[in-house]
Amino acid sequence: MDFLNDIPWMLIAASIAKTLFLIFGVVLPIVSYTVYAERRVSALIQDRLGPNRTGFPISLFGFQKDLQLFLGGLGQPVADAMKFLLKEEFTPGHVNKFYFWLAPVLAMVPALSTLAVLPFGNFLFGQKMVVADVNVGILYVFAVASVGVYGIVLAGWSSNSKYPFLGSIRASSQMISYELSLGLSAVPVLMIIGNLNLSEAIQYQIDNGWLLLPFTDGKLTLRELLLWIPVLVSFIIFTISMFAETNRLPFDLPESETELVAGYHTEYSAMKFALFFLGEYAAMIAGSSIIVVLFLGGWHVPFLPINTLESSTTPSGIALGFLHITAFFAKVVGILIFFIWVRWTLPRFRFDQLMKLGWLYLFEIALVNIFITAAILAWVK
Amino acid sequence: MAYTVRRPNLTFWEKLYLPNIVAGLAITFNHLKKMLKGETHVVMQYPEEKWDAHLPEYYRGAPTLVTDEHGRERCVSCQLCEFICPPRAIKITPGSLPSDSQFAKVEKAPEAFDIDMSRCIYCGLCEEVCPEQAIYLRKDYAVTGESRADMVHHKDKLYELGGTMPGLVHKWNPDK
Amino acid sequence: MSTEVQLLNVQIDGVWLQFPKGTKVIDACQQAGKFIPRYCYHPKLSVPGNCRMCLIEMGMPKMTPDRKPVLGPDGKPEIGWIPRPQISCAQDVSEGMGVRTDSPMVKECRQGVMEFLLINHPLDCPICDQAGECRLQEFSVEYGNAHSRFLERKVKKPKNVELGPRVTLDAERCVLCSRCIRFMKEVAHDDVLGFVDRGGFSTIACHPEKTLESNYSLNTVDICPVGALTSTDFRFKMRVWFLKETKSIDVNDGLGCNILIGSREGHIYRITPRENNDVNGNWIPDSHRLNFKVLQDGSRLLHPTVDSKKSTWPEAVAAAHSQLKAASKLAMVVSARLTNEELYLAKRLASALHITLHDVLPRVGEPDGILIPADRNPNTAGARLLGATTETPGSQLKDILTGVRNGTITGILSLGEDLLECGFTHDDLAKLKALVATSILPNATTAAAHVVLPGAAFAEKRGSMININGRLQRLNKAFEPAGECRDDWEILSDLLSATGQTHALHSVEDVFRSMSQDVPAFEGLNLGKIGDLGLQLLTKPEAATA
Ligand code: SF4
Ligand code: SF4
Ligand code: SF4
Ligand code: SF4
Ligand code: FES
Repeated sequence: MDFLNDIPWMLIAASIAKTLFLIFGVVLPIVSYTVYAERRVSALIQDRLGPNRTGFPISLFGFQKDLQLFLGGLGQPVADAMKFLLKEEFTPGHVNKFYFWLAPVLAMVPALSTLAVLPFGNFLFGQKMVVADVNVGILYVFAVASVGVYGIVLAGWSSNSKYPFLGSIRASSQMISYELSLGLSAVPVLMIIGNLNLSEAIQYQIDNGWLLLPFTDGKLTLRELLLWIPVLVSFIIFTISMFAETNRLPFDLPESETELVAGYHTEYSAMKFALFFLGEYAAMIAGSSIIVVLFLGGWHVPFLPINTLESSTTPSGIALGFLHITAFFAKVVGILIFFIWVRWTLPRFRFDQLMKLGWLYLFEIALVNIFITAAILAWVK
Repeated sequence: MAYTVRRPNLTFWEKLYLPNIVAGLAITFNHLKKMLKGETHVVMQYPEEKWDAHLPEYYRGAPTLVTDEHGRERCVSCQLCEFICPPRAIKITPGSLPSDSQFAKVEKAPEAFDIDMSRCIYCGLCEEVCPEQAIYLRKDYAVTGESRADMVHHKDKLYELGGTMPGLVHKWNPDK
Repeated sequence: MSTEVQLLNVQIDGVWLQFPKGTKVIDACQQAGKFIPRYCYHPKLSVPGNCRMCLIEMGMPKMTPDRKPVLGPDGKPEIGWIPRPQISCAQDVSEGMGVRTDSPMVKECRQGVMEFLLINHPLDCPICDQAGECRLQEFSVEYGNAHSRFLERKVKKPKNVELGPRVTLDAERCVLCSRCIRFMKEVAHDDVLGFVDRGGFSTIACHPEKTLESNYSLNTVDICPVGALTSTDFRFKMRVWFLKETKSIDVNDGLGCNILIGSREGHIYRITPRENNDVNGNWIPDSHRLNFKVLQDGSRLLHPTVDSKKSTWPEAVAAAHSQLKAASKLAMVVSARLTNEELYLAKRLASALHITLHDVLPRVGEPDGILIPADRNPNTAGARLLGATTETPGSQLKDILTGVRNGTITGILSLGEDLLECGFTHDDLAKLKALVATSILPNATTAAAHVVLPGAAFAEKRGSMININGRLQRLNKAFEPAGECRDDWEILSDLLSATGQTHALHSVEDVFRSMSQDVPAFEGLNLGKIGDLGLQLLTKPEAATA
């Protein structure tokens, strides 16, 4: 029974707690409220109001009106979730059942898995706020995220129907194309940081200022100023590629409803459809988190003290720990809103334009950017 | 024959897209800002705010039946509206007036008159075609029901919605 | 066709055409494609020429002093036009005659006539049953004015007058064409109608102490060009433009008058005669016209029953077959109201079930001397031809009855007949081990039958019948059978399958095809070839002509 003692129980328990907290305490609420925000923001952009009524359905129990608290409509995601759960789980007769059921899972799981290596805070209750602090963090993220395309491809293929099929073909070529520029645009950042561990990336930014905003450490050196150019280019390419990876407008060709009905998830309904939906938004959160970690200093708040492992059990340490977590997700939410904002501003690309942009511009620029970064790093000490 | 669409010549900045994207973002942001500040008011909050006050003269709401100033049902069940109604929403069972009726000269009146409001498309053709000026599209638009049967307006409901319309048809005047 | 009919040259609107001698100008113009509006003229009635709607401009060839026609530059006779308009209905064509049907004068005349006719007309169209098939409406649109110049008070006349048990008069709408009067006098031989009063007050009325109660009275409603005479039964029931008109034949007697079934959504609203000069002309008797009512009084058998319990078709057919198989000796009573197709299948079923004793129930009444013949079964000739009965229909019924009474016959298959009418008593029916009946309406036989299979009524089926004159005519389906009722040929072919016979009868056309192979008289025919007016199949039995 010795081996039982070898198992790091504490670590497992903490990891499970962190995972559960991350998924159910943070990601799912953010996902559902991102959907809500999407609807509200899009409405406001289009001079509408969006869902603003759903409250507690006390009218079911004989009252005249539903009870609307705060801003009416905040109950909408809950109502949506209930609806998805209660709907008939329908599987069309002509589909390949096994893969049809597998696809939504494959769309959801990778997006959530990437969150495992993302440091979403510093220390809290003597724990490092990351589920798995692996030292190949960013590679893990790219590896797992690229599995996400399988969900879409399988969905399209198993649906056995033309629109999903076209959608999934588009998705695979699009995601594979943009993974290149995504990876290449991250290289300069990693060169500057000199580490693949995401916690280290944040640590670097605490010491030298956020990559995108190098003055957040209070000073601006010539080296930072020179490096700013490639970082900026990287940031733009990375963000654009992230849009493409998450199938967001202007790159939502796999599900472009004007051409393909609903693209790869045309045949899906109820909870299986909801999983695609959640997966897409979870992928957005994961993508935003990576942007935050790589370019925006992660959980770091400039000019504020940072707690340590030892101090994270003291009241002020706990407060700081929560502050860091909040800061991280605030940044993520900021990027998410930017995602939404862009979606309701730009029209969709044509597929050839999309491919041209990815292969002829972003890929080359990202490649050149690497050499520029290398040159700057070599010459300016 | 192949036809070449001439593409506009774009400047470098235009080709870069980014400035235009930023401009677009600015436009949408402005809309959002104005909405948040309450400067745009396009949407009507339905049950609280209603169109009623703004309904134009020509608004076409639910079709109804009207009586004349003497309380006579105007409709003589000629069934022209039933014939013209594009979605076949109207169903009439014609009937005759008893000879001791005050309006016996008219001879004919509908025994049953149903308009299925789940079919009606508010086209107004029934009003247009009626030779007796008996059917009018009034301004009721909130037509609801909990079942298909509820959505069928029967004769009494149609007269209740329609009311009286003092009128233009003089031909049933016994002296004319 | 032995005597050569003389052809006359007539110029109609500038075109020279040829017409046989004796043609009315109004008909000649119609044949030339120039329809002339008319109210009083009816080809089957005498010509009074009193409506003046058919006015035309007419001319005769100019003659030289030696009575030779003056030829124009085109070699055709020159026409001297008569300055006054003439009525075209009372005039036969003559050699060299000229007719103008659309000259300004003719148009003006028509406008004037229309204006006069509408002076006192009530404009009741929204409540008038004629609306939609009203000559006054049609001609007013085509030839009349859009407005009235008449400001004075209109003459009031009686409305809603019951002229007889079946006809209601609205005198205000009458255009005094006298068609109804002439019909009653010349066709129905019951001269009850006439005009009373004078001028604008002229009104149609029955002679004192008489009513319009002839069995042909409803034909006046058909020929009345306006809504003055209306059918009391059809009055205000349905607008004519909703009626789907199905060409079919009447099944109430051996003549098989050609009719139009006016139905909407599975409900018959009226039946009107259809012109067929080889059968019924333009008329049908009222009794036949209104007989569809029995189908719609709610008494119809609507679903198959086994031992008086509601059943399904497969069950009922199986039950019927096992019942019939179990009986030691079977007989079959067939109705001569069935179509040829049904009778043919009945005969096949009889041989499959080894039935040798079968017959139809003859129905004989007084012929009325006009249309109704003595034979009141619509398809006696068909039954005879297809072997469902013998030369003297009904002669076997006695044998069947004796067989049942002395117990040799224990099962009867009754196709559409009430055995009580065939001389059976309730006790006889109770004695039977097996009694299977097809029927449309309930009767004593269906009450006693072990299996009842409800069939389709005449308006619900397609098929053919042979009338007393040997003419093959066609019934057409106006709508689907009520409730769960099925076409009789379907019932019979199912029974046939139940006996183990294989056949490929999937439609009534298949049945006819099979019949045309087995029965020489039908060779080379199909339902389509019969056509709307029927065709002469057998030679006309001299005695049977009405
Ligand atoms: S058209 Fe007018 S008069 Fe005729 S049935 Fe309709 S409502 Fe009645
Ligand atoms: S408004 Fe149009 S659709 Fe509605 S009942 Fe009248 S004719 Fe029919
Ligand atoms: S007779 Fe003809 S014109 Fe006169 S009211 Fe009837 S439909 Fe109208
Ligand atoms: S009632 Fe009819 S058929 Fe008879 S005279 Fe008058 S218009 Fe003619
Ligand atoms: S049709 Fe010739 S006068 Fe009436």
